[in-house]
Amino acid sequence: MEKRFYTVAELSRALAAKKVSAVELAKEYLARIEAKNSELNCFLDVRPEETLKQAEAADKLIAEGRAGRLTGVPIAHKDIFVTREWASTAASRMLEGYMSPFDAAVVAKLKSAGMVTLGKLNCDEFAMGSANENSAYGKVLNPWDANAVPGGSSGGSSSCVAAGLAPIATATDTGGSIREPASFTGVTGVKPTYGRPSRLGMIAFASSLDTAGLMAHTVEDIAWVLGDMVGFEPWDSTSENLPAEDFTRDLEKGVKGMRIGVPRKWFQKGLDPEVAASIESVIEEYRRQGAQIVEIELPTVELGVPVYYVVACAEASSNLSRFDGVRYGHRAAEYDDIQDMIKKSRNEGFGAEPKRRILIGTYVLSHGYYDAYYLKAQKVRRLITEEFDCAFQGVDAIISPVTTGTAYDFGAKSDPVSAYLGDLYTVPMSLAGLPCMSMPCGIHSNGRPIGVQLTCARFEEAKMLGIAAAWQRATDWHLRHPNGY
Amino acid sequence: MSLSLDDVRRIADLAHIDISEEQAVRMQGEMNDIFKMIERIQAVNTDGIEPMMHPHDAAQRLREDKVVFGDNREENMKNAPEEYEGLFLVPQVIE
Repeated sequence: MEKRFYTVAELSRALAAKKVSAVELAKEYLARIEAKNSELNCFLDVRPEETLKQAEAADKLIAEGRAGRLTGVPIAHKDIFVTREWASTAASRMLEGYMSPFDAAVVAKLKSAGMVTLGKLNCDEFAMGSANENSAYGKVLNPWDANAVPGGSSGGSSSCVAAGLAPIATATDTGGSIREPASFTGVTGVKPTYGRPSRLGMIAFASSLDTAGLMAHTVEDIAWVLGDMVGFEPWDSTSENLPAEDFTRDLEKGVKGMRIGVPRKWFQKGLDPEVAASIESVIEEYRRQGAQIVEIELPTVELGVPVYYVVACAEASSNLSRFDGVRYGHRAAEYDDIQDMIKKSRNEGFGAEPKRRILIGTYVLSHGYYDAYYLKAQKVRRLITEEFDCAFQGVDAIISPVTTGTAYDFGAKSDPVSAYLGDLYTVPMSLAGLPCMSMPCGIHSNGRPIGVQLTCARFEEAKMLGIAAAWQRATDWHLRHPNGY
Repeated sequence: MSLSLDDVRRIADLAHIDISEEQAVRMQGEMNDIFKMIERIQAVNTDGIEPMMHPHDAAQRLREDKVVFGDNREENMKNAPEEYEGLFLVPQVIE
């Protein structure tokens, strides 16, 4: 192939014009993975024979004239989505070698759209982390800088797209796990509205927050693929039953006359000055394109982190109680009785971070503490959500940072509290279930990418993607790539 | 609020995790730091505010109570740590 980085749109056109076959594309990306994965550690499971089988089927559809626009385009899946042909581990020892009897809804939908799976992507164990340092199978490197974290929990997704090992990847976001790694690696990452993509077959962390999404180079690519990824799923009780939408419909619309809210009071404190300047450059560009910039206040969102860690840990402790060493997952080799078997299996199978969150969650749900922590947090969650809802009465979108700085060094946030506090700009949107995204908006003098966050009212993904497209038409930050790639 | 080592052991027991003494000590320090950060929510006035269990306040959708999935026993047993003639094998629970 002529160049390292192709968009989904380019690959789709090349396939349709028969300039390249799906098998050729699959072989090219598999060769790149073979060459680079030992260094980056993005992929946990690669099975070339399964990938090529899917690519051959795609080529057959293309030859028969029955191809859709995504038929034959390669994609990699975060190892939080279960897959029949690849092991599904959630990057945990607990699920080492687990083979799912079914495909996650998101995987199945993209498969039926003809996309070809390249393999399963590393992440933080059970999607718990912000640096991909919590994987039981080793850390993922950031292609921009080997000392920098790739972000988490979707660090395999961000690193593999940034390195050109896949043109697009699925990811999941519970409190920032798409937006933060996208920002740390200079790619575009979108978390749709909660409930819009199905959670069926997404290994559960926090069920009222977990949302599937995508990472790619351009917002156009994500708009193309998102439509085929979302949709009602009867076996998921929180799946939203909405009519199909064309998420590309506002890509050319521009921002003229739109009102864009900036909650400066919230984010100014503690923000890296170069990140702040990059965010201001985005605001300025939108103003130049005819948007009206509105100062807004969101006084309660600063409580996002404490509220999130109560709610998310409570739900995690409940969800992860299914791992008992009986039906699937790790079972301890030696034990006295069934209780001992369960307790030892759980201690051996879970890493430090899931254990920490299970214990916090167990405590906040336990007798005597439920009202003070869990119920209290869910009440403050409503106040945060109402604040956003109120803001969206007056603005079309909100601009804010993704993180206070660029990707930090491995080991820099080894104590849990400083790691948790790093999620301050991303968890409030998750608590409110809002669609939000990160897009590249600069490169720091330290050589690492900078991202900016856009948030819209629930179910307004198309509008959000249109606003992002207006930025990406005017700038080329999303097309910058790490040295050596 | 401060969690004692005994509190941590009791919570781990409730969570069915057999943590070592060393893990319990480390966890105690970390959990106390985390709860210090969480305590900030106590200062918020939430009188008359309903807890928010679902981000769009949606009610749980229920489906009709009928069997729809067929027998998939063979595939579902494939990941069992120990299996005996299509049954999950556990240590003896009744003497």
